[in-house]
Amino acid sequence: MDFTYDDEQEALREAVRGLVGKAYADFEQRRQTVKRDPGFDEALWGRLAEMGVLGLPFAEDDGGMGAGPIEVGIVAQELGRVLAPEPFLTSVVLAGGLVAAAGSAEQRAEVLGALSAGESVLAFAHAEPGSRWEASATAVSATQSEDSWTLTGVKEPVPHGARADLLVVSAALPDGGTGLFLVSPEGVARDGYPTHDGGRAARISFDATPATPLGVGGDATAHIESATAAAVIAAANEAVGAMQVALPTTTEYLTSRKQFGVPLNTFQSLSFRAADMYVSLELAQSVALWASMVLDADPASAQKAAARAGLQVSRAGRHIGQEAIQLHGGIGMTAEYSIGSYTSHLTALDHLLGDGNHHLAALSSAVGGYAEADPLP
Amino acid sequence: MQLELSPEDAAFRDEMRTFFTTEVPQAIRDAVASRQELSKDQIVESQRILNKHGLAVPHWPTEWGGQDWSPLRRHIWHEEMQRAGVPLPLAFNASMVGPVIAAFGSQEQKERFLPPTANLDIWWSQGFSEPDAGSDLASLRTTAVRDGDDYVVNGQKTWTTLGQHGDWIFCLVRTDPDAKKQRGISFLLIDMTSPGLTVRPIELIDGGVEVNEVWFEDVRVPAENLVGEENHGWDYAKFLLGNERVGVAPVGSTKRVLAQAKEWARATSYAGGSLLDDPMTASRIAELENELLALELTALRVVANSADGKPHPASSVLKLKGSELQQAVSELVVDLAGPASLASGAGDGSSLEQWQHRATPAYLNLRKASIYGGSNEIQRQIIAKTILGL
Repeated sequence: MDFTYDDEQEALREAVRGLVGKAYADFEQRRQTVKRDPGFDEALWGRLAEMGVLGLPFAEDDGGMGAGPIEVGIVAQELGRVLAPEPFLTSVVLAGGLVAAAGSAEQRAEVLGALSAGESVLAFAHAEPGSRWEASATAVSATQSEDSWTLTGVKEPVPHGARADLLVVSAALPDGGTGLFLVSPEGVARDGYPTHDGGRAARISFDATPATPLGVGGDATAHIESATAAAVIAAANEAVGAMQVALPTTTEYLTSRKQFGVPLNTFQSLSFRAADMYVSLELAQSVALWASMVLDADPASAQKAAARAGLQVSRAGRHIGQEAIQLHGGIGMTAEYSIGSYTSHLTALDHLLGDGNHHLAALSSAVGGYAEADPLP
Repeated sequence: MQLELSPEDAAFRDEMRTFFTTEVPQAIRDAVASRQELSKDQIVESQRILNKHGLAVPHWPTEWGGQDWSPLRRHIWHEEMQRAGVPLPLAFNASMVGPVIAAFGSQEQKERFLPPTANLDIWWSQGFSEPDAGSDLASLRTTAVRDGDDYVVNGQKTWTTLGQHGDWIFCLVRTDPDAKKQRGISFLLIDMTSPGLTVRPIELIDGGVEVNEVWFEDVRVPAENLVGEENHGWDYAKFLLGNERVGVAPVGSTKRVLAQAKEWARATSYAGGSLLDDPMTASRIAELENELLALELTALRVVANSADGKPHPASSVLKLKGSELQQAVSELVVDLAGPASLASGAGDGSSLEQWQHRATPAYLNLRKASIYGGSNEIQRQIIAKTILGL
């Protein structure tokens, strides 16, 4: 077992850090970007496409770079470090991942080609009012009439749903199961709004909206489960990146801020809590990196690995996010200063694809089926 | 990044697994599995089997019985041993005084002490803590005054684990009372049969007597038993404690107890079914498993980054989290036993299971884990200062 990145992976990290890290080096730049729609920097999105980042996980035949989960994790960490609002996770990893898994060769070439080139933003419309991280859809239903399909119902919240150029939509099939469809958003009622962490989401209402089945059609629950697992692992890496910065931001504040005539780090009640944050970060990082390796080497075990990473990172994200604000004091509450936004984004990541207890429930139900949780699947 | 072990390391793991599960007597491994206190004979027998096959002190220099293994292989050796329920080589010998003598001792000391130390022909005790020198170890007051060819030692050591079996004791003693704290300390090897040396047991909250007080009244120690240089003992102690922290993240044994705990839960009736089907119990086990996995993966990351035997600063994480999880699993077992956990004093006539008898004593005994080897507050201090720069 080897946790070190090779030279090419290090080069990817440096390149992404050089681009995204530089663009958002000043937190005020990020703050201004998320204030305006679409909530991210379109020009930066284009430069990420030029760098190959937007096609990273897709096959070269589909217009991608043919890289794997380790590389996706590296990019996610770098975006997480500066809270970059570009929709790499939801558009590339999740929605793109579904097209890559379920789409026909023609759909893959067309949709992933445009996504990789930065010409098209993709969104996965899956969450429904009343749903809670299930793989199935119920509130949006698909109807077939001869050779054509239409969708009816409401999806909300859809990450970047208002900006998206193309939607991947899950819908209940007439004969049971959940299908996946490509939907052009033209003429679809979309109400977009900002999320607490500067992201974007939308309510999307379908009313006999024409839709094209992804690939051969039929029940796609298994695809949704595996694409979600890959996205959970990428999200865990993104959260690790955010925590990697939230901790030193906090410790730097502790050494610079003075009260009672001395720097705050002289108070053991504060420095010990920072030490506990470090423990949480190290453990979460270990599991996130491991889950990326599992997804790379043994995709069949990825759902369990995703649950493990999701659980560990959820616990760590809350611990570090909450303590980071508390150790800062009042300044941590302000929107102008970065640390509170880290906590806000960690909270969003925690709830996008399943929180810690959601993952724990899945792990608990299987706990009697094996003796030890072994790092090697 | 590579998930699998290399074919060579996988073969090594299989070799270790086979050895530990076939060469070490089942009775000893069963005693470990049922969390009983081991006898001196069992500990000695096990270590001699390991030593005979070069597996007692692999981290020592090769000329003294060590193996030239990668940090990963050492980790695999350590984990597989715990997994099989093989008692770890006596820490005082294998992890503490042995490496110190090998690194800082004279050639004569190495030849005299290292082979019997590896083979547990000499049982070493640790003489560090004193009644007024716990976490603040450097405030120790036991003195050694040079008198001709001897040092004359006076004072008291405490928390001497398994000192009742000890043949020799390695001690930190104050040789320069005028120097500042850390500066006047020396590392001395003392024969426990020396006149003036007394061992008194201390009964602990679990009913056991695994620790002792050791008193020194004008104990004469040949000056040749000084390790390294006079007044440099603190450096050797720091070296030793760094090694100790790596060893005290008992991932493998905690995993083994947790796996057993699942079986104990499965066999326990609850609400018309099995306790393992109780959602609260299952989620508690699943969460502990996840944290243990996180700790094991972190240990693997740390071993990969430990250059030339120097512990990675993150080894404090292993000690801190490792002891917390060891304690949390022992707490789980008490809760699984439920009312049966009261039967800690039950004998052979009991209708309850042995794991139920042992649950609470093991839990109470393991409260020590966050205190010894540098208390967890000391570990937080190390993390805050050396890693976070606070």
